[in-house]
Amino acid sequence: MKLNTKPNIERPDDFYEALIELHRDLSEEQSRQLNARLILLLANHIGDMEVLSEAMEAAAEEPE
Amino acid sequence: MLKTYGYPEFAFHQSVDQKSGAVRRHPVVIVGGGPVGLSAAIDLAVQGLPVLLLDQDKTVSIGSRAVCYAKRALEIWDRLGCAGPMVDKGVIWKTGKVFRRDREIYRFDLLPEDGHKMPAFINLQQYYLEEFLVRRAEALGVEIRWREKVTGVEPADDHVRLTIETPRGPYALEADWLIAADGARSFTRQELGLEFKGQVFNDRFLIADVVMKADFPPERWFWFDPPFHPKQSTLLHMQADNVWRIDFKLGPDADPEEEKKPERVTPRLRAMLGEDAEFDLEWVSVYTFQCRRLDKFRHGRVLFAGDAAHQVSPFGARGANSGVQDTDNLVWKLKAVIEGKAPEALLDSYDTERVHAARENLLNSTRSTDFITPKSQTSRAFRDAVLDLAEKHPFARRLVNSGRLSLPATYANSPLNTPDEDEFAGAMAPGCPCADAPVEVEGKAGWLLNMLGNGFTLLCFGAAPRRLEVDGVTVEPLAAGRDFADSEELAAKRYDSRPGTIYLIRPDQHVAGRWRNCDEAKVRAAVNRALAR
Repeated sequence: MKLNTKPNIERPDDFYEALIELHRDLSEEQSRQLNARLILLLANHIGDMEVLSEAMEAAAEEPE
Repeated sequence: MLKTYGYPEFAFHQSVDQKSGAVRRHPVVIVGGGPVGLSAAIDLAVQGLPVLLLDQDKTVSIGSRAVCYAKRALEIWDRLGCAGPMVDKGVIWKTGKVFRRDREIYRFDLLPEDGHKMPAFINLQQYYLEEFLVRRAEALGVEIRWREKVTGVEPADDHVRLTIETPRGPYALEADWLIAADGARSFTRQELGLEFKGQVFNDRFLIADVVMKADFPPERWFWFDPPFHPKQSTLLHMQADNVWRIDFKLGPDADPEEEKKPERVTPRLRAMLGEDAEFDLEWVSVYTFQCRRLDKFRHGRVLFAGDAAHQVSPFGARGANSGVQDTDNLVWKLKAVIEGKAPEALLDSYDTERVHAARENLLNSTRSTDFITPKSQTSRAFRDAVLDLAEKHPFARRLVNSGRLSLPATYANSPLNTPDEDEFAGAMAPGCPCADAPVEVEGKAGWLLNMLGNGFTLLCFGAAPRRLEVDGVTVEPLAAGRDFADSEELAAKRYDSRPGTIYLIRPDQHVAGRWRNCDEAKVRAAVNRALAR
């Protein structure tokens, strides 16, 4: 497994707040668009197809 | 009749077969006189085989239809002796622009690699292309029977029986081998009851050819969500004779008959080209497309090629271009089988290799289709996000997919290849189409691909071995330094050569095997393998 799923964000609450804040006052459609842009930017930063595939698989797992 | 082009009319002549009233047998019959059938006929004639071509019409392609011809197809037509007029008449564009709404989001320059005889691709109306092919076929003495429509196909173990309708009534003939190049709606395919599996797309597209009266830049423009055609996409492409192809995506609900009317088309064009633009409407058509293929391209004595075997979306110009590569792959194999130099199993490799190519083309064209016509809200959100980001962030431009232009397939896993046992770098691995390079022959400039001929070639960088005869099959040596000068050393570079390096090249200019030293026994074994013997 190349995908790092251990804690890796220094101040998780700050990140989470920023993520929610980003969507404040946006319509569902605008949020969808923003999320799509965000995913693409992050995916390009990662670059490694193996990591990306593992992340996609992990995200596709339905919660129990 | 178009303003810039007069359709030739080919006459029906009652054939000796029909006059005789007897059912005569032909070695190879081709059904369909489009780019694929004509190329197959020319190739067979060039290889010295008798060939008969049947076409139900009396002229070339009605309308410009396929417009982009890629380098590999041009190289094949060059081997067949007819690329010259195509390249002379065709136009070449280098700049592509991508627009979104009213803004250019980025532009790109095609920077084709130097040192190839053929351009990366040309744009040319299909009727010109077919006319050049017909002329070449006629010059080679190919018998083309115009206005002869196949109405029955009965396959047998060692031949196929055809029933044919002509202006003078019906007749029948038999073919040892039948090449079905009868297009996307292939009658042969229907007659054999074969399933054509894949995806059907509902979106309708409108194509309009217009003759521009003023200069317009020779560029490819692609719009997403253009202001003159909101929520859809539009493509502008240049062709010969100052004719421009404009392709509007209409969506699934458009009425094709309504949309084709000049009073509908002209306002769209005005909105796009500007109120002042002067143009004449040349040809209009509405199309939908499918992405699907036959499971197998060989069915006993019937060999399917081109759209009859596989159909792709137009994005990426992978229809005619891949169809011509089908016949390029097929004809030398058919010749070897007919002449008893290879078992019929060789024709199964046509299936293996070209099904592989079709899958690659279908994958690429389906991906482009999904980008241009997103099928869900989320798919559209990602597509729009790519376009949002592309203006500012270069990474996103590589995700924009308005068609990935046709590149030849590499038969990397073909059973005909002899796998490398020596170390090689570069692209020319077994299964690859050969790269061209500028050479000098007897003091004159020439091209490597033109020296390869139509049989097996042993390309040598170093001492040339003698001509080999391998159970009736000739392998001609072609030596750098002896037969040609590698004037810019590009052949050496592209083939990663060292002194002594040799390449065994198939008649269709694909690499069959390569070695660092010439070992005649290994070459012989590789020739046998490439012929499935």
